[in-house]
Amino acid sequence: MGLTITEKILVQHAGIKTVTPGQHILVDIDFMVANDITAPLFIKILNDIPEPELKLKDRIALVPDHFAPNKDIKSAENVKLMREFSRHFNIKHFFETGRCGIEHCLLPEKGLVLPGELVCGADSHTCTYGALGSVAFGVGSTDIAGALLSGKIWLRMPETIKIIYQGKPKRWVYGKDLILFTLKNLGRDAQYRTLEFSGETIDYLDMAQRFTICNMVIESGAKNGIIEPDETTRNYLKNRAQRKYRVYHSDSDARYYDIKIYDISNLDPQVALPHSPSNVKSVNELGTIEIDQVFIGSCTNGWFEDLKIAAEIIRDKKVADTVRLIVAPATPEIYLTALKEGILETFVRAGAVISPPTCGPCLGGHMGVLASGERALSTSNRNFLGRMGHPDSEVYLCNPAVASASAVQGRICHPEEVL
Amino acid sequence: MKLKGRVWCFGDDIDTDIIIPARYLNQTNPEDLKKHLFEPIRPELYKKIAPGDIILAGENFGCGSSREHAPLAIKAAGISAVIAKSFARIFYRNALNIGMPVIVCPELTEDTQEGDIVVVDIEAGEVRNCRTNQAYTFPRFEDFMIGLINTGGLIPCILKGGFINKKKE
Repeated sequence: MGLTITEKILVQHAGIKTVTPGQHILVDIDFMVANDITAPLFIKILNDIPEPELKLKDRIALVPDHFAPNKDIKSAENVKLMREFSRHFNIKHFFETGRCGIEHCLLPEKGLVLPGELVCGADSHTCTYGALGSVAFGVGSTDIAGALLSGKIWLRMPETIKIIYQGKPKRWVYGKDLILFTLKNLGRDAQYRTLEFSGETIDYLDMAQRFTICNMVIESGAKNGIIEPDETTRNYLKNRAQRKYRVYHSDSDARYYDIKIYDISNLDPQVALPHSPSNVKSVNELGTIEIDQVFIGSCTNGWFEDLKIAAEIIRDKKVADTVRLIVAPATPEIYLTALKEGILETFVRAGAVISPPTCGPCLGGHMGVLASGERALSTSNRNFLGRMGHPDSEVYLCNPAVASASAVQGRICHPEEVL
Repeated sequence: MKLKGRVWCFGDDIDTDIIIPARYLNQTNPEDLKKHLFEPIRPELYKKIAPGDIILAGENFGCGSSREHAPLAIKAAGISAVIAKSFARIFYRNALNIGMPVIVCPELTEDTQEGDIVVVDIEAGEVRNCRTNQAYTFPRFEDFMIGLINTGGLIPCILKGGFINKKKE
């Protein structure tokens, strides 16, 4: 019996020969990540241990991206703790403000996470890296402390649901719409499982859109999402990859828990309504929903390609008087490229504000927190109750084209309305 | 290990932003975190929780972020265990990693009201509602998970040197 790509990577990292779904295994780790929310907890654990011997010191990135540039004294103390820990233990990959971006865009960009690898991060959206053909999943802070002490991590061998996308996406339809549509259709089936994305549609998607898809698998409860590497993956990694990597593919006789086939050729842009990312409707079914704030950014849609799509729509137009548009390039490299190509100028001329690379508004942290009764449209991944601020505020999720067009109209709309 | 406590009932999909909103995550002290436990839907609940009390929830408890602040705040408030129809996977492992039992028992959830007293036998895999005197079984924890619960979490387990060796195939 054959194996899936996820099973092959896990078997190789666990040093076992057979796969039993549900079985708990200990696996080797290729790379880890923690941020300014999750790292302080694991650092405090390790600081309580006298002279701990740490493993994998060159295989961890510490990324202060959530509340940095430091929003208050407590956040500053947390980043200071990360900085001092990195110096003390000689942690190579600490990213200081100015060279720091959103972890899940920064690590692929720096070539630190690669195909065939096992990556765990103290952040739920660590699953993003599955777009490169790695097994990547979110864990907690104690997990990271444990991994630094032991070099390994425990996990449960997941079953896989194969998602086959068929058809070419219509104009204004992107990876974000595919994953929102998929979240709506999966229900609770994906809990603890792997989502393996395949089918001809993947060929039409650049890396940014593939990252967006894998980024949101956690919203279905899945352990990881994964896409087999192809020419697009290899081109992305050229001049980036920091290590040699190995490419895996699923066997043709691999076992799947379920196979779902979605023809997306007629799919319209999708929008997630409060307060769940799986509460999804087509943008055409919404009626009039006025908005106070639009956020274009996050580890879901803060990629250069996303900013470009949004800028093309808003060029020579104005943000509605009633709307605040906040644009946050996800990394310094994305920021610089957008600056050079005039994309940031387009946004500023339209009346938007450019935020430094940060998770900031996505989690109601800083740089655009919502007041009571306010409604935001966001390209991020979560719209839980109170996610972006006051518990009486609302968050809708969409792709960057819908976000940009809606900022102009002052209400959620199809991009074609403003062209 | 046996636990006895009064239950606090919650519905489906209690996410980590409800358990502890992100704006408080610049804090790391569990005693500070617990003051904001369930703040968006049941503010100040921590004042009513007695040591040993148990949370009873529906499907997908703890979905969302990987913040370990969520189980830490629950534990600091005095909660001894969370019982649910199902858990989000990161919350589940975070709770076990800090030595807090997380138990999957859908039937108990159906029949139990807020304020009922329940008794949990971790090793036997049984939970009993003292009001109805009805007993329910739950899947037995794997040995390494019982080790995590009894030792107080992953780090004490690793420092004692038992965790990795025991788990070799």
